[in-house]
Amino acid sequence: MQAQTPIIIAEDVHKWYGKFHVLKGVSLTINRGEVVVLMGPSGSGKSTFIRTFNALEEYQQGSISIDGITLSRDLRNIEKIRKEAGMVFQQFNLFPHLTVLKNITLAPIWVRKLPKAKAEELAMQLLERVGILEQANKYPGQLSGGQQQRVAIARALAMQPKIMLFDEPTSALDPEMVREVLDVIKNLASEGMTMVVVTHEVGFAREVADRVIIMDAGYLVEEATPDTFFTEPKEERTRKFLSQIL
Amino acid sequence: MNKVTWLRKNLFSTWYNTLLTIICLYFLFWIVKGCLFWAFHQAQWQVIPVNLHLFLVGRFLQSLYWRIWIVLGIITILSLITLSLFTKKSNIINRRFSQSITPWIAPTWLLSFPINIWLIGGGFGLQSVSTNLWNGLLLTLLMAIVSIVLSFPIGVILALGRTSNLFLTRWFSILYIEIVRGLPIIGILFIAQVMLPLFLPTELRLDRLIRGIAGLVLFSAAYMGENVRGGLQSIPRGQTEASKALGFNTPLVVRLIILPQALRAVIPAIVGQFISLFKNTSLLSLVGLVELTGIARSILAQPQFLGRYAEVYIFIGLIYWLFCYSMSLASRKLEKQLGN
Repeated sequence: MQAQTPIIIAEDVHKWYGKFHVLKGVSLTINRGEVVVLMGPSGSGKSTFIRTFNALEEYQQGSISIDGITLSRDLRNIEKIRKEAGMVFQQFNLFPHLTVLKNITLAPIWVRKLPKAKAEELAMQLLERVGILEQANKYPGQLSGGQQQRVAIARALAMQPKIMLFDEPTSALDPEMVREVLDVIKNLASEGMTMVVVTHEVGFAREVADRVIIMDAGYLVEEATPDTFFTEPKEERTRKFLSQIL
Repeated sequence: MNKVTWLRKNLFSTWYNTLLTIICLYFLFWIVKGCLFWAFHQAQWQVIPVNLHLFLVGRFLQSLYWRIWIVLGIITILSLITLSLFTKKSNIINRRFSQSITPWIAPTWLLSFPINIWLIGGGFGLQSVSTNLWNGLLLTLLMAIVSIVLSFPIGVILALGRTSNLFLTRWFSILYIEIVRGLPIIGILFIAQVMLPLFLPTELRLDRLIRGIAGLVLFSAAYMGENVRGGLQSIPRGQTEASKALGFNTPLVVRLIILPQALRAVIPAIVGQFISLFKNTSLLSLVGLVELTGIARSILAQPQFLGRYAEVYIFIGLIYWLFCYSMSLASRKLEKQLGN
């Protein structure tokens, strides 16, 4: 185990959508290099929670700090954090009007101010790493779902983030493409990237996660290592959830 | 053989279909015959060749026509270069060369504009020509091009304003768009032509052409804004979220991600707006500008051509159609080029 230095600290986070209380005081500390899997029934607030980490969702109470930067309403802080935390979405959200290569180089060039040649070199390395080097000059619409999601991962990595957030990265994929995307994420994990993954893939959680966390109705219900978690869950709600998905 | 069976099957299958076919054919024959007879026997087309120079440039001084030829030359050359850059399979210009001049195209067009105006209007060493003498097709094209070029960015700004989170910006945009859309264009042209001078200080007397352009732009920008807003709203929210997650600030998100997609989605609507703006320039004849329609009306007042309405209006109608149809062709080509 590495030295336990926390990189994400969330304390007592509350969020309301209008009157609907989505997050009811969630606290979580994630250490550098740790892979945390968030599970739970739909509507439990896990996606909302992960999206507060890079301020795609605001929270109304509590505090979150990422790599020592406190997330406040200050736009400069938000932009600093977004440079450190890459995100991969359920719906890929690639830019359809740009080629794969441009999708990946756009942010490094405009946000990190990398020279174009350098950004392209980096993009090609990343495309090779996710196994779709030959698709560099195609448009997203010409790729399969699995390939698009791998481009999305490469795009997030191109900003050289310290944290990767995955919001149900395989939920919109055809079953035969889930594996290729999970393999890429697994490789990332083995390279020591700090990751928070919202997913329903139990096999993946078992294999890769350092910690599994179950959320339900806006609460953090249970957290454990994957071995004890799936074999001897403590909480009734966890047991119920596991019986639904296993 | 095939054609005969097709005819029998579709036009003469029953007695009443046969009857209908014969009646329609007779009407068609009657109309075409009437048109041809009129065009070749009754119409007196001399009004067109005799006044051709008036239709094209109006009362512009004949001794200075060479300046207009130069303007035409500049525009033709620039258009050819631009076209060859955007049709990708051109072997005429080599690729590296075309890549090196591509960034210069837009600034060159912009720069050519004041030069062309200088060539038409004179001043700075050239004999000056009063704007009263800029007439005919020349004026129509000038008004249309300037209005199109100005109303497009204003429309984009209005669309962004209307979708903005800033209260004042949003309400100003909504107010502007809804007021202008509720007024008839001819009213706006009269306001710009007659009432604008009343509001402005007397030292600041705007030229009639500028007032005309102002009216057209004010009107067109509101519609343009609504067209572009349609495009903005068609972009899924995930696009904004993904770009924000990558660290782009809002201006960059709009410029690099949202606008390029939104504008591409509404090219047909935007070109439609350009076409109707082009045709709307004919209304300027009602506020005293002698553009193509205006010059047609004054040609019709010439004693030797009294009553030649049909010939004159068909001729200028053809000119309007030619330009509008080319715009619509260009838009189709642009869509094909950008669609992937």
